[in-house]
Amino acid sequence: MDENAYEPTIIAFLCNWCTFTAADLAGTSRLTYPSNVKIVRMMCSGMVDPKYVLKSFLEGADGVLIGGCWPGDCHYINGNMKARRRVALLHEVLERFGVEKERLWLRWVAASEGNMFAETVKEMTEQLKKMGPPSTKQRAIA
Amino acid sequence: MSKFATVKTNNGINRSIAELFRQMLEKQVIKAVLIPAKQPSSQMVMQTLITNPNALDTIDPFAPVSAVSSAKSAAALTNRSSGEPIAAVMRNCEIRAFIELVKLHQGSTDDLIVIGTDCLGRYENREFLKLAGEQKELTTAFLAQAAGDKRYEKVVGAEITTACKSCLYPIPKRADVNLCIVGAKPGEAIWLEAQSEKGEEALGALGLETTDEVPAGRQKAVDKLIADNSAFREKNLAAFAKKTENIDGLSAILSSCINCYNCRVACPVCYCRECVFVTDTFRHDGEQYLKWSEKRGKIKVPTDTVFYHLTRMIHMSTLCVGCGQCSSACPNDIPLSELFATVADRTQKRFEYLPGRDLQEGQPLATFHTDEFNDVTGQVK
Repeated sequence: MDENAYEPTIIAFLCNWCTFTAADLAGTSRLTYPSNVKIVRMMCSGMVDPKYVLKSFLEGADGVLIGGCWPGDCHYINGNMKARRRVALLHEVLERFGVEKERLWLRWVAASEGNMFAETVKEMTEQLKKMGPPSTKQRAIA
Repeated sequence: MSKFATVKTNNGINRSIAELFRQMLEKQVIKAVLIPAKQPSSQMVMQTLITNPNALDTIDPFAPVSAVSSAKSAAALTNRSSGEPIAAVMRNCEIRAFIELVKLHQGSTDDLIVIGTDCLGRYENREFLKLAGEQKELTTAFLAQAAGDKRYEKVVGAEITTACKSCLYPIPKRADVNLCIVGAKPGEAIWLEAQSEKGEEALGALGLETTDEVPAGRQKAVDKLIADNSAFREKNLAAFAKKTENIDGLSAILSSCINCYNCRVACPVCYCRECVFVTDTFRHDGEQYLKWSEKRGKIKVPTDTVFYHLTRMIHMSTLCVGCGQCSSACPNDIPLSELFATVADRTQKRFEYLPGRDLQEGQPLATFHTDEFNDVTGQVK
């Protein structure tokens, strides 16, 4: 492997009840997925404050993945729907300043969908590799 | 359907309006009126809560200045209401922001009669004080100039704020009564427009004759004002958006930000009771600063400036009414109103939301449904 090859960093905020469990299942099922993803366990996708996403990008993340339960399955009834509106809002704000919406993913992954979690991470890593580093990565932003 | 009444202003616009409020106070339609008035021994015009009819001689509701957004003043008066009826005289941006604050339960329309004013813009406070010191009847001159009176063309002399020049909503639509000057000759007569049942009752109590017909010349003048503002806005914002199309551009215009947070103090829709940026979350350890610096070799201090402004966009851009108070409050002349306007255009379009349009319309981040925004995830079960 080329040591200088570009390896994107993905910060993943995963819901404890579904996507985090799916990531766990992917591991116990011995599925492999790229180590580019750094997982932060949240109690709900609805707990992902937009500040966490903004801070991730300002600190040099190449992409952010938020994993939540399918609509209707939220452990807290509707946290995932709040997350969806916040991501729609973040897409607009980030794109205004040249951070493409393809860098911020919201995906529904149920606890049983370990396979889908591994596929999602693979897909996102490949896409980010094609895109190259974001403009936020080039300089120190305060 | 709104109703119009004509009020003669031959004795001066302020005296005619004072007479209306004197009657409302004396007939106990209202207990008090919140209205811009000249301050004692000063040229400054500030919102003033008047209960004594004899104190109405200082009012100046069309003065081209707004030192504080009246949305906040009206919210302060109604949040824990006295229960007594009050009238509040506000510009449209202030009414729209107030409606958003009511939705956030930080104000109430229950005991309030909202009196709108057609708005031709405001000066920065500095400019206003300077001009008002030079010209005795600044408001009269300002209105006459805007109405196309050639005698006043050279008299006034300053420019209204960029936010005002870009305003798409200078005419109130959600007031109870609106004081209309656009299309009128403010030196001869103005129109009162009842825009709600409460407003019709108020005009009825004043014994004014009303008609359903829009006064001659009004619609045309309103359309022209909005078209002019719209043309300015489009040109100005397109140039600004180009300059800030990436994070480098954003960092560049925010590089003189001193984290004073004046913009959010001045913002009528920055709704958090305590801003997270003044809490311990942002009181970092020395070690943290060193880590940030080591990561890229350097870090600007104070830190968290771009982060702060981006967070503000997330919090208030869907509610931004474009009043320009942020720009006016900035000690370093950062073009914040342009910054927020270009973001608000996008976010309000995404949620098909227009702040201040309707009190019953839920705010974008306070409503949500199972089957919506499916394009965000692109997944359908």
